[in-house]
Amino acid sequence: MYGWTGKLLRVDLATGQSRVEEIPEDWRRDYIGGRGLADRYLYEELDPRVDPLAPENKLIFATGPLTGTCAPCGARYMVVTKGALTGAITTSNSGGHWGPELKFAGYDLLILENAAPRPSYLFIYDDHVELRDAGHLWGKGVFETEDMLREELGIPGLRVAGIGPAGENRVRFACIVNDKHRAAGRSGVGAVMGSKNLKAVAVRGTRGVRVADPEAFMRAVWAMRAAMEDHPGRKSFAELGTAATIDMTNTFGGLPTRNFQQGQFEHAENLNGNAIRDTRLVANKACFACTIACGRVCRLGEHSGKYLVNTHPRNWKIAGEGPEYEGAWALGADTGVGDLDAVLKANWLCNDLGMDPISMGATLAAAMELYQKGAITDEMLEQGIPLAFDNPEAIIRYTEATAYREGIGDELAEGAKRLGEKFGHPEVFMGSKGQEFPAYDPRGFQGMGVAYATCNRGACHLRAWTPAVESTGQMDPHTPKGKPEWVVHEQHRTTAHDATGLCLFVGAAGGPLETFVPITAAATGVPYTLEDFVKIGERTWNLERLFNLRAGFTRADDSLPKRLLEEPHKTGPSAGVVVHLDEMLPVYYQCRGWDEEGRPTPEKLAELGLASLA
Amino acid sequence: MTQMLVIVPDRCTGCMQCELACGWVQSGQFQPSQSLIRVNIFDEEASYAPYTCLQCDEAWCMTACPVNAIGVDASGQAKVVEERLCIGCHLCTIACPFGTVFTLPQNDKAAKCNLCGGQPACVVSCPTDAIQYLDAQECGQWFRDWGRRVHERYLEEIGAPA
Repeated sequence: MYGWTGKLLRVDLATGQSRVEEIPEDWRRDYIGGRGLADRYLYEELDPRVDPLAPENKLIFATGPLTGTCAPCGARYMVVTKGALTGAITTSNSGGHWGPELKFAGYDLLILENAAPRPSYLFIYDDHVELRDAGHLWGKGVFETEDMLREELGIPGLRVAGIGPAGENRVRFACIVNDKHRAAGRSGVGAVMGSKNLKAVAVRGTRGVRVADPEAFMRAVWAMRAAMEDHPGRKSFAELGTAATIDMTNTFGGLPTRNFQQGQFEHAENLNGNAIRDTRLVANKACFACTIACGRVCRLGEHSGKYLVNTHPRNWKIAGEGPEYEGAWALGADTGVGDLDAVLKANWLCNDLGMDPISMGATLAAAMELYQKGAITDEMLEQGIPLAFDNPEAIIRYTEATAYREGIGDELAEGAKRLGEKFGHPEVFMGSKGQEFPAYDPRGFQGMGVAYATCNRGACHLRAWTPAVESTGQMDPHTPKGKPEWVVHEQHRTTAHDATGLCLFVGAAGGPLETFVPITAAATGVPYTLEDFVKIGERTWNLERLFNLRAGFTRADDSLPKRLLEEPHKTGPSAGVVVHLDEMLPVYYQCRGWDEEGRPTPEKLAELGLASLA
Repeated sequence: MTQMLVIVPDRCTGCMQCELACGWVQSGQFQPSQSLIRVNIFDEEASYAPYTCLQCDEAWCMTACPVNAIGVDASGQAKVVEERLCIGCHLCTIACPFGTVFTLPQNDKAAKCNLCGGQPACVVSCPTDAIQYLDAQECGQWFRDWGRRVHERYLEEIGAPA
């Protein structure tokens, strides 16, 4: 077997029984791996109407054929399940070292079924698979859990992916964190893991990944590395990290501020890539096989005694990795907080407690708007900490309260949509399909509107990142023209990308899909072409859509909040612009070969080989 | 000209490309568990340090071996294990002060870095030049500077008077 291991590990958490299965050859070929293959299994095995937090839901960890190889940034694994936040199929991606370790243990996929009767963790050491008691780990943060497991198991090279208190408490946007700082962040995959009473999956693998044509593989890898080496995108990621994006979005009036009430943040320069590099950066950190190293290990500033974090007695100032662009935006600009140390601390709390900083920040922002409107009052809050915009104390304290569901935190833990409904102001929810928007205001980048509305896992920036063409002069950022077509095209490409096991960032760093189609072909021995990849992306996208339709989603869920459609910004470069979703959505459906209700037509399904699955 | 591996931990990002390259040389697969260079990760210090055999002038592994299975290669730069002769007694792994001689689980024989015959794969694969293969003459000053910096940082951390 080349590229793939060809095997999956299936564990019944209720009994601790596990078995190894062969992955059918045609499924591997038609879905590549990662997101695609896991989607196929979930579609086959799960009733889409199941409650995401019920034991019947399944949790799939999936690597791709390039995960664990030396292809640049071949570190990724995908968590696929029915999302606790959205109720839609979710595909949440993470880097670090855990994914390759699972592959080295000999498995492309790990499928977890049912729920453990008591807190447990799963230990995988090549063929050894064991469900062990995690009573002593329950309630611990992510960092301490990993340290304790390393000590307890005593195996060098052990990798841990687990949940923090947030996942245990089923916070709807809890994530699964691996290698302490890397997370499968969105849609509440951590809550699903918590509902299964599973604290962590500790993996050590000693096997290897073979490739079908080593010479062609190495030649293609080195061509890709050469293309990336001096690419400005790669250099910017390495030098400034993802937070460099703040300057760009702010310039376009596309940096959502104070729950999307403004499009520019006056303190953006406190949170951008330069600020982090110049004042807080300790070192760059790479994921497995990564030649970019965008990860930032940061410490707190010199005068921030009140925001201490305790990771290590000698290094209390090191706040771990981040914030990334999204975290800095959500916990910073979206809540109006321009204090980098407060954002760092809140971001660190999100990592340790196991929560998605995007949804956390966006939910705090929605709550702050409710406070502004008077729907949330001081009596509901902790004394002396108003949940007001611009308050750094609030983002720290209520982030913590959310993970433990203390006081108002119990409401915040349900996400912005449920929060808004609960307090009678559903309009404060800025998101789609129940998932909070990430850091691009569609009034600044029109294309993001249709990208958010149509994304299968709820609002997401990683499926079609339209600033790629809207911020570079290739398309006008304010018109809907050409956007749906571009979004469809890009959604296919990123979906195939996610299936290979490479990081999405290689695309912006000089290694677009074209450069690693030959790498995948040489690794697997399947003669993939770019057309095959795009087709696989489209097939997977339609399969996810079919899942969501069967789960009860309709055209009405491909929507955006009224604020984006009717209330333009008053100032800045994006002033006067609203999102023309009503124009873009029909074009999008048409472009996809779907009917006007957003359902794939029988002809389209037949074309993609999905006819028997609808 | 004598050449040697120079490892600059400050440049390492912990990406494991060296382990992948070395594992590939050893097993023809991407298999870091077979790698003879290991990246030590000190998360709390945000520090990553690849580490492998230093090719000691006075190599204790070589001295300890009861069957003379470790010798000097033709270039005179690498101490290499002659697998045919190795009896798997593990004495070399105990003798090495740096822990850079390993035994392989599949045949229980010793394995250590042989500098890939003069073109170390780890050096080629490293994306940040954290591992270099340099003329030994150039290395002395670098090592002294690095040692001084590490020492000063330690003194600062324990709060010793300057």
